[in-house]
Amino acid sequence: MHPPVRLGVRIAVLLALAVLPALTGALDQPFLLDLALRIMILATAAVSLNLILGYGGMISFGHAAYIGIGAYAVGIPAYYGEYSGYVQLPLAIGAGALFALVTGYICLRTKGVYFIMITLAFAQMAYFAFVSIEEYGGDDGLVIEQRSEFTGIIDMESTHQFYYVVLVFLVGALYLVSRIVNARFGMAVQGAKDNDQRMQSLGFDTFRYRLACYVIAGAMAAAAGWLMGNYNYFFSPEMMGWTHSGELIFMVVLGGAGSLFGPLYGAIVLIILEEQLSSATVYWPLILGAILIAVVLFARGGLEGMLAKLERRK
Amino acid sequence: MEWVLFVSQLLNGLQLGVLLFLLAAGLTLVFGIMDFVNLAHGSLYMMGAYFCVTLTSALGSFPLAVLLAVILTFILGIAVELIVSRHLYQRDHLDQVLATFGLILFFNGAVHLIWGPEGNPIALPDYLNGRISLPAGIEIPTFRLVIIAIGLAVAVGLIWLVTKTRMGMLIRAGASNRRMAGALGVDIRKLFTLVFALGAAMAGLAGMMIAPITEANIGMGDDILIVAFVVIIIGGIGSIRGAFIAALLVGMIDVMGRSYLDDFMKLIMDNQSAETASPALSAMAIYILMAGILYFRPRGLFPPRHR
Amino acid sequence: MNAPLLETRGLSKAFGGITATEGVDLDVGEGKIHAVIGPNGAGKTTLIAQLAGMLAPDSGRIIFAGRDITRLPTHARARLGIARSFQITSIFHAMSVLDNTLLAVQAHDGHSYRFWRRARRDKRLTGPAMAALEQVGLGHKAASNASGLSHGEHRQLEIAMALAGASKLLLLDEPMAGMGAEESARMVVLLRGLKETKSILLIEHDMDVVFALADRITVMVDGKAIASGKPEQIRADENVRRAYLGMEGPGETIGDA
Ligand SMILES: Nc1ncnc2c1ncn2[C@@H]1O[C@H](COP(=O)(O)OP(=O)(O)OP(=O)(O)O)[C@@H](O)[C@H]1O
Ligand SMILES: [Mg+2]
Repeated sequence: MHPPVRLGVRIAVLLALAVLPALTGALDQPFLLDLALRIMILATAAVSLNLILGYGGMISFGHAAYIGIGAYAVGIPAYYGEYSGYVQLPLAIGAGALFALVTGYICLRTKGVYFIMITLAFAQMAYFAFVSIEEYGGDDGLVIEQRSEFTGIIDMESTHQFYYVVLVFLVGALYLVSRIVNARFGMAVQGAKDNDQRMQSLGFDTFRYRLACYVIAGAMAAAAGWLMGNYNYFFSPEMMGWTHSGELIFMVVLGGAGSLFGPLYGAIVLIILEEQLSSATVYWPLILGAILIAVVLFARGGLEGMLAKLERRK
Repeated sequence: MEWVLFVSQLLNGLQLGVLLFLLAAGLTLVFGIMDFVNLAHGSLYMMGAYFCVTLTSALGSFPLAVLLAVILTFILGIAVELIVSRHLYQRDHLDQVLATFGLILFFNGAVHLIWGPEGNPIALPDYLNGRISLPAGIEIPTFRLVIIAIGLAVAVGLIWLVTKTRMGMLIRAGASNRRMAGALGVDIRKLFTLVFALGAAMAGLAGMMIAPITEANIGMGDDILIVAFVVIIIGGIGSIRGAFIAALLVGMIDVMGRSYLDDFMKLIMDNQSAETASPALSAMAIYILMAGILYFRPRGLFPPRHR
Repeated sequence: MNAPLLETRGLSKAFGGITATEGVDLDVGEGKIHAVIGPNGAGKTTLIAQLAGMLAPDSGRIIFAGRDITRLPTHARARLGIARSFQITSIFHAMSVLDNTLLAVQAHDGHSYRFWRRARRDKRLTGPAMAALEQVGLGHKAASNASGLSHGEHRQLEIAMALAGASKLLLLDEPMAGMGAEESARMVVLLRGLKETKSILLIEHDMDVVFALADRITVMVDGKAIASGKPEQIRADENVRRAYLGMEGPGETIGDA
């Protein structure tokens, strides 16, 4: 038996996230909590991207659009005085699913690089659409006065409670994906990635499985966007910008596409790296860009892949 | 007069169209021949603009600066191809997308380091800065006509190059069948470098044309790149002719949508809703066009014949 | 006699200038093994591709179980009960051997929109999947990664995937090509045993196998079906002898077996 390195790391990371609020309280380092929140929210989105990209082979370059949509689903109701989380969260999920359904129906008719570019273009379309809506702040976006309300159950304004809400979403996303990819549906999606023609000749309408998968991922990412809107007290079109979509892809690939925990590791490493670099120099994109290129050229299989190798070697 | 505005908007659309063509031509060639998705194409557009900024103030002559800056972007294209791109041709599209995304960050950081965070204007010489009067009271900025003329000239030149010359034949052979081009005895690696650099130079030229109007700034290529993608998707990846037609189409629809959609919408709904809906709709117009075309032709208007 | 399970009428397909199949009429009876033979490039694979729905015929009709399926997409035909094996192995390389057949079973079990229960613990899937692997002699490799199999084993897996679904008609494109003698012999026994439940359209170059198995034989040359009939008739057919003798060396006369 090999030592279960991967399992060990998974448990350690989740445990660390779970006890972090207590630690940061003791160490008086509140900014760590802030950082962990950002990591967990973006990791949730990255986990959903991994479902279509890593398991389904659909390289979506527009995933940040769903984060924006989720955030607007907090902000627009709030703008009209509706703060209930029971309205905002389903709205976010529904809007994300609908956007995925409509765009996916067209995107998934195409293959390969067309797909990459079209998902990119649709995200950009959403971006410009919101830029042009003056009512909701246009380019600048709007501030949200208060977080979603779940009166009597959760106080989202409490940092600790909000933290655990986010953690539950992250763990929930991971669990959901692990169930989906091992269920019949997930088998079909992975088969379609591996050999589409063979799947069709076996009797699978691969288009529909892909579309369903795409919609699930869109809904999940929009839920992450709902968290993001709450976290920032703010929404703007910039959240949908395609560089953010690129960051999400980077998280997935850095951690290891098609591995369950890869996106979480990728998010942790990328966000801490960005944080460190940007506090060290204003020219940080230069260094991050170079690192990204180096990772693509020289490191394959991502962090989970490295852990798996470690596991086999021991 | 109404139609004076119309003609001027027509020229705006044409201008955007030719600029998009300059960008899209390189993208579509590089993709068609090397099967390479280059997100950093917009960075080359930006670099062209910045080279032109520095050279214009150093030399005091805009045309001379453009000439030299085009050559510099060509050389930069060669460097990028040799250092990064060529190691990615055999990789899958995901790796290409990521690495060139890294290139974008890199170039944005580099420009920040060299030219600072602020936008950099380019001063046009007086003879380009004026307006030209056409019959019937239409006045047009001279520089706009220059952009259109240069863009069309490059388009004609490129189409001539691709359809009429030996190199063009090789490029086309490469686009439809890489192995065959190799069998023709072409040094395929040199051809790739050349095509990449040619695309870079055209993108750079587009940046130089736009910078005197908008200033050169960091990330200027990031958004227009997506529009260039829309162009090559509509045109059919790998097709110069498709890129040209799609570029003009997209340029026209974008400009016309922004200026006339609300008038049009007022015909079918009340003023109030037309004024709120039309900015969003015109912002989405080209994407809706793309979606519509893809729905019926998933590989664009002029799809590559085989692949 | 009952109406045949599969009928084609005037099936034609051209690639540019090459006519790959031309006016092919074919009847595959229920519970029969119908062999299609012919030299390389005769259009046999193209015929199967049209039957399976991967290529659209330029003209002609395909009728399966009394229903016109000419315009039906591939997956819909598969669900009606047409399974195909590929001449050039087409499997799921990133999956385990068992998963490969499991997907084949799942395709016919319906209910693929199940998002929660683990497929690999689902007896309704693993049972038949394992059975199909045992049938072709790959049971011991079930847990291996598909990409790690030998060439011969890939061929066996290819057949197992066609068998695993509960299909009525198997379109087998040179199933034995690339197998060792032992596996080939096993496959002959296996296919003969299948006649109880399935009909088979068999493309095969090995004449020993063809004459051992086929109830009917159709000979294709240059896209046309030049002869069709019982094995004895084909053996005696002048046209066929000429076509084949013209193509291949002496000593390989058909039916010499
Ligand atoms: N996709 C295609 N494009 C162009 N020509 C094709 C294509 N597929 C097959 N052909 C041509 O059609 C003809 C019939 O090919 P097919 O593969 O059906 O023959 P076959 O009888 O299966 O041969 P083999 O015994 O070698 O498998 C050949 O001339 C082949 O070159
Ligand atoms: Mg064949």
